[in-house]
Amino acid sequence: MLDIERWQEIFDTIRKNKLRTFLTGLSVASGIFILVILLGFGQGMQNGIAKEFEADASNRVWVWTRVTTKEHKGLNPGRVIRLRNENHEYVSSRFSEDLQHKSGVYRVRNAVVSYKNESIGYGVQGVTSDYQFIENHFISEGRYLNVSDEKVGAKVTIISNKIKREYFKEDESPLGEYLEISGIQFKVIGVYGDRGGEREENRIFIPITTAQRVFGGSDIVNNVSYTLQPSESFDDAVLASIKFSSNLKKYLQESHTVAPDDQSAINVFNTLEEAKRYYTLTNSIKLFFWFVGICTIIAGVVGVSNIMLIVVKERTREIGIRKALGAKPWSIIGMILHEAIFVTAISGFTGLIFSMGLLELLGPHIEVDYILNPSVNFKVAVTTVFVLIFAGAVAGFFPAWRAANIQTIEALRDE
Amino acid sequence: MIEIKNLHKSYKMGSNSLHVLKGINFNVEEGELVAIMGSSGSGKSTLLNILGMLDNSDSGEYNLDGVPIKDLNETKAARYRNKFLGFVFQSFNLINYKSAAENVALPLYYQKVGRKERQEKALKYLEQVGLRDWASHLPSELSGGQKQRVAIARALAAEPKVLLADEPTGALDSTTSYEVMDLIQKINDAGNTILVVTHEPDIADMCKRIVHLKDGVIVEDKKIEQVRADQYV
Repeated sequence: MLDIERWQEIFDTIRKNKLRTFLTGLSVASGIFILVILLGFGQGMQNGIAKEFEADASNRVWVWTRVTTKEHKGLNPGRVIRLRNENHEYVSSRFSEDLQHKSGVYRVRNAVVSYKNESIGYGVQGVTSDYQFIENHFISEGRYLNVSDEKVGAKVTIISNKIKREYFKEDESPLGEYLEISGIQFKVIGVYGDRGGEREENRIFIPITTAQRVFGGSDIVNNVSYTLQPSESFDDAVLASIKFSSNLKKYLQESHTVAPDDQSAINVFNTLEEAKRYYTLTNSIKLFFWFVGICTIIAGVVGVSNIMLIVVKERTREIGIRKALGAKPWSIIGMILHEAIFVTAISGFTGLIFSMGLLELLGPHIEVDYILNPSVNFKVAVTTVFVLIFAGAVAGFFPAWRAANIQTIEALRDE
Repeated sequence: MIEIKNLHKSYKMGSNSLHVLKGINFNVEEGELVAIMGSSGSGKSTLLNILGMLDNSDSGEYNLDGVPIKDLNETKAARYRNKFLGFVFQSFNLINYKSAAENVALPLYYQKVGRKERQEKALKYLEQVGLRDWASHLPSELSGGQKQRVAIARALAAEPKVLLADEPTGALDSTTSYEVMDLIQKINDAGNTILVVTHEPDIADMCKRIVHLKDGVIVEDKKIEQVRADQYV
C-alpha cells in the first residue's frame, strides 16, 4: 500500500483512462447515493409517525359519554349518560396503583371570552393540574394550574402561545392581565404550549372546581382522562392499558346501569392500542426500506462486479505485455485490485458525502405529514460503502487472477 | 548463450493433437544475429515463444546463459524474462495509453528502477532509435516504423542478454522494414544476441545465420554473408 511507485503507476493509469474510471466511479457513487437516500426516508417516515404520537402522552386513556342506545334493566334507550365527580374519584382511588395522572374535563358551554373588550373565539375547559402531563403541555411563561387553585376554586386561567400571539402585543406579557369569561374576571397566570403544534393550542384552561361552581356544572364532568404508570416494555404497557380500559368501562356501565354491549353510551379510548398499530406499521415500513436498500446494494454489487469484469477483460492484452516485460502475476493482480479499491473507495465515499449532505441540507426542511427529518445512521452508510468496495475487489480479483496466470502468449493474442 | 536439446511441443486441438515442434536441437552463441525462417505453420513462432518463456515446451532441455530453464511457473518465467529477454513483436504491443517514453520505461519499473532513472534511461534509448523528439507522444500518434522503433527501445531498455523479434517487419512497408533492420543490425554490432523470426528472404539475408524450419524440424542451418540494410535506406 505504501509503495510509492505503485501509486504513481496507478495514478498514471487512472489519469489516462478517465472514461473507464468515471463510469466505474459513477456506478458505485450512484448506488451508494440511492441507498442512503432510501434509508434516510425510511427513517424519516418513522420519525414522522413517532412525532404524531409525541403530541399526547402515549399511554393515555380517556372516557366520554353519549346517550344509551339499548334498553337495560327496564330503562329506556335514549337516556343521557353523565359522568360525575364521584365516578372520577372512585376510579382514582380504586385504580390508584395503575394510574399516573388523572383529570376530569368540564367544558364550559357557550362561554363568552374577551380581553379589553376584544372577543376571543376559543373554548374554555376546566381541568386539574395533572392535565398538563396528560396533554404533554409545556410552560412558556408563568405556571400551570395547581392543586391549591383547585382547592379554593381560584379565578385563574392559562392561555396558549397561539392565543397570546393573536390577542396580546408582542412585547407585552399576559401574566397578571385579566380575561373576562362570561362576565367574570379571570387572572392569567401562565402560557402553555403543546408539542403537537398550533392545532392543539385552541383552548383556555381554568381549574375544574371553579368551572363547575361558577358555570353551573355542579358535579358533572364531560370526560375523564388518565395516563397509566409506565411499564417495563411496550407490550406490557399495551396489556396494562387494555386491562385498565375494560375494567374502567365495566365499572362505569354498572354504575350508570348501561347494557354491557351498548357501544354508544360509554366510550373508552386507548391511545396505546392505536399506537401499537402504528408502531407495527412503522416496523413494516422500516423492513420494506431495508429490503429495498439491500436490493439496491445487490444491484450495486452486480454493477460494480460487471464493470470490474469488463475492465479486466479489456486489459488482458495489456496484462500480457506487462508480463512479457517481466511483471509477476501477483504484481499485476495487486495493481488491478489496488486501482479498483482506490476508485470504488473514492467514489463510494463521494456518493456517501453527497447523499448525507443532501439529507443534512434538505432533511430539516421536509415537513410532509408522516415524514420528518429524514436521516441515516452513519455507521450503516459507511458499512455499505465497505461492502461495495469489498464486492468490487472480489469481483475484480478472479478475472485478474485468471488473466495473470494464463500463458503470456494467450494474453497477448487477446483482442 | 542458448542451448536447446530435443525440444518438443504439441497443441491439443479438440480430440486431435497437433505436433508443432518435433525435436529441435539448436545453439546460439553470444553476439549472433539469427534468422529463423519457415512457412506459416512450420513452428517458428512457437519456437520463439518457448525461447521467450511466453509458452511452455512439452519436453526437452533449454539453457539460457547457463541457467537451465525448467519447471516454469508464471512468477519464475516473469523473473527470467525480466532478467534475460527483450521482445519485439509484429504488432508492436505498446500500451496505448502510455507515451513512448513511458512504454520504454515500463520494463525498468518491473526491475524496480527508480522513477528518475527510468525516465533518463527511457530518453537515452529513444535517442538511440532516433525518437527522442517523440518521447511524449502516444503510440496512436506514431507511424508503424516509429512504433516498432519504440518497441525496440523498450526491449533494449531492460538490457537483456537476448533480443527476440517475432516478425518485426511483418506489419511494415519495405523502406521502413529496412530502417528497422538497420537498427537491429547496429544493435547486433554493439554485441547483442538477436533472434529474428521472419518469412521474408530479404530480411533473413540481413542476418548472419539462417535457420530453416519445416514441419517442426530444422532442415537447414547456415551462416551467411550479411547484407547491410543501410545501403537500402
